[in-house]
Amino acid sequence: MSQRLLVTGGTVVDPVGGTVEPRDVLVEDDTLVGAFAPGERGAEGGAAILDASGLLVLPGLVDMHVHLREPGYEYKETIRTGVAAALAGGFTSVACMANTEPVNDSGAVTQYILDRARIAGGTRVYPIGALSAGLKGERLAEIGEMHRAGIVAVSDDGRPVMDAALMRRALEYTRMFGLPVIVHEEDAHLAAGGVMNEGVTALRLGLRGIPAAAEEVMLARDIALTELTGGRLHVAHVSTAGSVALLRDAKARGLPVTAEVTPHHLFLTEEAVSGYGTHAKMAPPLRTNRDVGALRSALADGTIDALATDHAPHHHDEKEVEFEQAANGVVGLETALPLALRLVAEGVLDLATLVARLTVGPARVLGLPAGTLDAGARADLTLVDPERRWRVEARVFRSKGRNTPFEGWEMTGRAVAVLVGGRLVYDDRPGTAAALRSAAS
Amino acid sequence: MAFTQRHLLGLEGVSAGEIASILDTAASFKEISERDIKKVPALRGKTVINLFYESSTRTRTSFEIAAKRLSADTVNISASTSSASKGETLADTARNLEAMRPDAIVVRHPASGACHLLARHVSCPILNAGDGCHEHPTQALLDLLTIREHLGRLEGLTVAIVGDVLHSRVARSNLHGLGALGATVRLVGPPTLVPRELAAFGAELHTELASGVRDADVIMMLRIQRERQGANFFPTLDEYSQYFCLTEEAVRLAKPQVIILHPGPLNRGLEIASSVADGPYSVIMDQVTNGVAVRMALLYLLVARSKGEEASEGASEVLGDAEPLRRRTGGRA
Repeated sequence: MSQRLLVTGGTVVDPVGGTVEPRDVLVEDDTLVGAFAPGERGAEGGAAILDASGLLVLPGLVDMHVHLREPGYEYKETIRTGVAAALAGGFTSVACMANTEPVNDSGAVTQYILDRARIAGGTRVYPIGALSAGLKGERLAEIGEMHRAGIVAVSDDGRPVMDAALMRRALEYTRMFGLPVIVHEEDAHLAAGGVMNEGVTALRLGLRGIPAAAEEVMLARDIALTELTGGRLHVAHVSTAGSVALLRDAKARGLPVTAEVTPHHLFLTEEAVSGYGTHAKMAPPLRTNRDVGALRSALADGTIDALATDHAPHHHDEKEVEFEQAANGVVGLETALPLALRLVAEGVLDLATLVARLTVGPARVLGLPAGTLDAGARADLTLVDPERRWRVEARVFRSKGRNTPFEGWEMTGRAVAVLVGGRLVYDDRPGTAAALRSAAS
Repeated sequence: MAFTQRHLLGLEGVSAGEIASILDTAASFKEISERDIKKVPALRGKTVINLFYESSTRTRTSFEIAAKRLSADTVNISASTSSASKGETLADTARNLEAMRPDAIVVRHPASGACHLLARHVSCPILNAGDGCHEHPTQALLDLLTIREHLGRLEGLTVAIVGDVLHSRVARSNLHGLGALGATVRLVGPPTLVPRELAAFGAELHTELASGVRDADVIMMLRIQRERQGANFFPTLDEYSQYFCLTEEAVRLAKPQVIILHPGPLNRGLEIASSVADGPYSVIMDQVTNGVAVRMALLYLLVARSKGEEASEGASEVLGDAEPLRRRTGGRA
């Protein structure tokens, strides 16, 4: 007999319809039946009640760019700890990059990741396959084999594809599978030796800079190659105002180009590097106020399709070194949603649009069956307490990575309950777990 | 205003008053180096570690002599003999040195920000003796002292800094120090080594040596590192030299009483002609002499105070009979 669950009393945000209104959401087994006016559906048929009073009810959040580090770098993160961090952050689907050891450039590694994710349970894990064998940028990886095993995109993320001919072939070949090519745009020669944004701050600190042009020349190249090939280009972690202009132009011309931005590039500038704190070191680097403004506008107007964390856990020892030697990257899964909500509070964009960038936006890029509240969709839901006040403390993260640039930030709002496939897999609502049990009994 | 910072990580953010106080203290210490017995007991029983991850003759010797003339015990650690060659991290080295209870650590390191990292792990003062391309504050302070001695002031002077500004920690520290004291700074060199963003530091930028040094009160030459050749900052050392070597002809464009500084070591014939380096306008050896005094002053101000002892601005109590001399020479500000 089927199990029914009615999520009542919440405010439902529908990113497709663009609505924010009181709705009850009915779930049957692992599937959404739909959203209804409050009281329209009672607890008929023995439906369990999940009290969402005072909470926002969102389609499960999608993070299309994380590094789960397994296999090979389990000391940084495992699929289990990464998934736990994702759930705590409200994410029901994540796509993980291929720079593991061994690299995810074969069906076997893809299958291994999926197996480990199944054992971990909770958040759905979608592997991204390497574009080139071994991420070496020389020859195509066995994309078809990985496609059969279940990858949702290809990318050499972290290793910009300097060979334009290889990129051209990747964009062409992936058309056979309908897979997007995710690009980390950074000209390796222009960026050589650079550890932060090029500009006044880098000059002051005596650190080698990476100019914005390092990203923009590669993006301009790849937009031209997209035009040439008809492939699908997705630009990871856009960081500059110039890139935004290139994207806007490409989209206006109807090219199949999409893009994502990280929370840290929306909230921090190169100034965060002052004092040489290595938690402000990432690739691409933090840029300037002008870039932050352009990225925020682009997220609001749809030039940028997705908010993605680039969750990049590292061991403490890899960050407690000279700035130039420190590993690139920060964790993001457990701070992304509250930072995103802050964008709404600051008037950058409205709540429904924001939720779209965290759900249906990335889901469409990757072709995932996620991110909507359509009848018949999988019952992945994220319940958010928009008023919950808390302070970021890396030591209590579920992730093994403690490398956050947001330590000590006062946040408002966080995910308090997560359903994946109709199952309540994360519940941090004060006192309501007992209420749910009694209602279900 | 007394210098009250816990470390000397750089001159960025150090006020004009604090710099003047350091220079006054240094000026009063110069006399010690002229005595028969070049030693005062100011830091007796204190331990100063010189931690050098880059080769250095002048700076390391200068710091060591400065510490010894204040009666501190000195320990020299160089990268080739340290645990760094065994893979120990800088943070671990810091923790281990900290456990031996030094009273100050003087650090030279090829990474910008290395002193900031050390300062997070030790409780004693850190003195930056040059970190990567970031700062070299004691060099700038000895430059400032040398200029003040020769020209009587810093405010209103025009100082031309010529050469590889992009990679120069000496230039950065001088930009902050000269700026704080009211001098006008010109940065002179090819645009590859003098990026236009440097204008944000309040400096005038020149790509022509002649316009850069014209009517300058001070010309400060930077060492051009030979390894920059081949990285396309300029085609060849020979071409660089044709455009930016300081010759007697160029010096004649400056003010008649111009002084010429160079942090050393010199590349004779490359960035500075021998006739200029050894000529009447050169104060390069005065810089070296003043280096000891400036480092004595900083060790004194940082170490004596960090132990809760009173470090007066002129340090007169350690000088004894030097006080009259200080009155004769210390009036310049």
